[in-house]
Amino acid sequence: MLYALVLIPLVGALLAWVIPDNRTRPLVLPVIALAHLVLTLLLLWHAPPPSANGWIWLDPLGKLVLLCISVLFSICAFYAVGYLAYRQERSNRVLCMGLLVCLAAMGLVTVSQHLGLLWVALETTTVAMAPLIYFNKNARSIEATWKYLLICSVGIALALLGLLFLAYSTYVAQRDATLLLSSLMATARGLNQGWLHAAVIFLLVGYGSKMGLAPLHTWKPDAYGEAPGMVGAMLAGGLVNCAFLAILRVYQVCLASGSSELLFFQRALVGMGLLSMAFAAVFMAKQADFKRMLAYSSVEHVGILAIGLGLGKGALFGALFHLLNNGLTKGVLFLASGNIHRSYGAKTTDIVKGAMTRLPWSGGLFMAGFIAITGSPPFAPFISEYTIVSSAFAEGDYLVAGAFLLFLAIVFIGMALTVLPMVMGTPSDTTPPTGYRDSVLMVGPPLVTMLIILVLGVWPPAALLGLLKEGVALLGVQP
Amino acid sequence: MNSLADQLLVLVMLINLIMLGSSRLIFSIRAVAAQGVILGILPGLIHPFSLHLTGITASVILAKGIIIPYLISDAVHKAHIRREVEPFIGYVPTLFLGAVFTALAFVFAEKLPLAPEHKELLFVPASIATLLTGFLILTTRRKAISQVIGYLVLENGIFVFGLLLTEAMPFMVEAGALLDLLVGIFVMGIVINQISQEFSSLDTSRLRALKEE
Repeated sequence: MLYALVLIPLVGALLAWVIPDNRTRPLVLPVIALAHLVLTLLLLWHAPPPSANGWIWLDPLGKLVLLCISVLFSICAFYAVGYLAYRQERSNRVLCMGLLVCLAAMGLVTVSQHLGLLWVALETTTVAMAPLIYFNKNARSIEATWKYLLICSVGIALALLGLLFLAYSTYVAQRDATLLLSSLMATARGLNQGWLHAAVIFLLVGYGSKMGLAPLHTWKPDAYGEAPGMVGAMLAGGLVNCAFLAILRVYQVCLASGSSELLFFQRALVGMGLLSMAFAAVFMAKQADFKRMLAYSSVEHVGILAIGLGLGKGALFGALFHLLNNGLTKGVLFLASGNIHRSYGAKTTDIVKGAMTRLPWSGGLFMAGFIAITGSPPFAPFISEYTIVSSAFAEGDYLVAGAFLLFLAIVFIGMALTVLPMVMGTPSDTTPPTGYRDSVLMVGPPLVTMLIILVLGVWPPAALLGLLKEGVALLGVQP
Repeated sequence: MNSLADQLLVLVMLINLIMLGSSRLIFSIRAVAAQGVILGILPGLIHPFSLHLTGITASVILAKGIIIPYLISDAVHKAHIRREVEPFIGYVPTLFLGAVFTALAFVFAEKLPLAPEHKELLFVPASIATLLTGFLILTTRRKAISQVIGYLVLENGIFVFGLLLTEAMPFMVEAGALLDLLVGIFVMGIVINQISQEFSSLDTSRLRALKEE
């Protein structure tokens, strides 16, 4: 059944390739997305045992990422039908295929228990996303695609080197070289420390650049800024979480090694996390391009994820919950911003003013997404961010907690300075009207997501909390 | 057998230096193809014969020696460019840097806690030297094609280190990695083509519209 997770989207990609009509082709997306979502829920309900060689297994961490990806993809798929109806001037074959191949690869990431296989799947997502960033086919999107492709490819190549170092550390310790997570963890105490250290550094740099942790985030504003809204949503909520899952796997190995390596990895994560938040805080202020602003918000939130993981203990729950919350909220923001971009034909705040008047639904959703992502109650990101901060205070990391709160405050102000005039201001009369009107297909999906985020914040379902606790147990120190 | 492997690794390092000193793109592509073929032969020299090994040799030579160089030279022909002009750092300085990096790679490899049977071999220094050469090309050249070549050289360096572990890496993973590389280069080729159409040049320093004001 786990194989269907990869096969269903691939069949969909094949269908998208075969269907000649530009209007009917996008319909493949919601059909496949619904099948994928049903399958995901079935797998969450009753996960099959690990495969015979131990390569394929859906553990609680994988389940969490898979849930986020599947829900986000379904939302984007319905949105895509509406969006692509507006973009009939160009072929959407590559876009549909790329999204589906990427979904297949992301599914493979979540079920991989072999770090080599995980790497291959992650690299596939990198390549599959490149043509999607380039959908608009203009000079700016070419530049963004080139930067994304080169930086992420080099980054992920360094992660491969890190994996080879990891395998070598098992080899030097006079065992068979292996990259299977279960055997790595079983033998982790005997790993050669020097090679393990080198491996951890390279893996952090490699997966960190894919995830967009500062100072390796430079491709992010360009790629997110130029990609269509739903591609931005999949990048910020899908790929980021896949890369974070890879980092979680490294964390598991460090944890099992029972050495000082874990402490080093945690400190590095906290350091990079704080740096990411600082970068985001600086560049978010006075950001005129609202899609680039969302990219910096993504840099900020991968920073929060890294800090949560680096702090460990109680913050782990917050980090895992935030993975889901950030993914979904970014989905709302990118889809709503895509609508606003469509309506004004521009994405800078000197032209886009008073979106609430012109597009009550999309403008309102963007506003709600802004309130949620900056960590205001009653939305779910508030709970996850609060958990991380309160855990930092409880553990006595006052410096980290203080800096965290400070950066959150600066980001809130910086983001508000862009978002408020854009949504609440009075629209200028000079902006020519475009053909775009808010429609059910383009407003419904982000609206549903927003409701999910609200429900998660007010009344998180017990099943989800159970899953989060199982995930935390995998990352907690074993006695 | 291992002396032959060492000689081939020396050749790999020489090719690195040749690439650093050359301005003709087609020549660099041929050099990287030659490096790919050598990398394909190497596993056969250090590991006992097996079906797994034959598969690796064949697919590496096919991918790194034939298909990828073809894809890149195709992009070169379509873009009508022949030379790398005005790299950020000149050829002689980069060549010198490359030589220094190679020497440092040897010094560094001495200090690594290698398994005893790998101590005498050139794999680790060759890997580090190739890796650094790749970085050097990637960062000092302006043309998009040169950057792709730099990325390939970087991958080759990683591959040389991976040779020590060929038995650990399952065939499926290696094939997957190669396929990803192949598709990655293919996509890069398409983007390069678009860059040359849009900007009438492959100079990546012209890609600077996207930045913070």
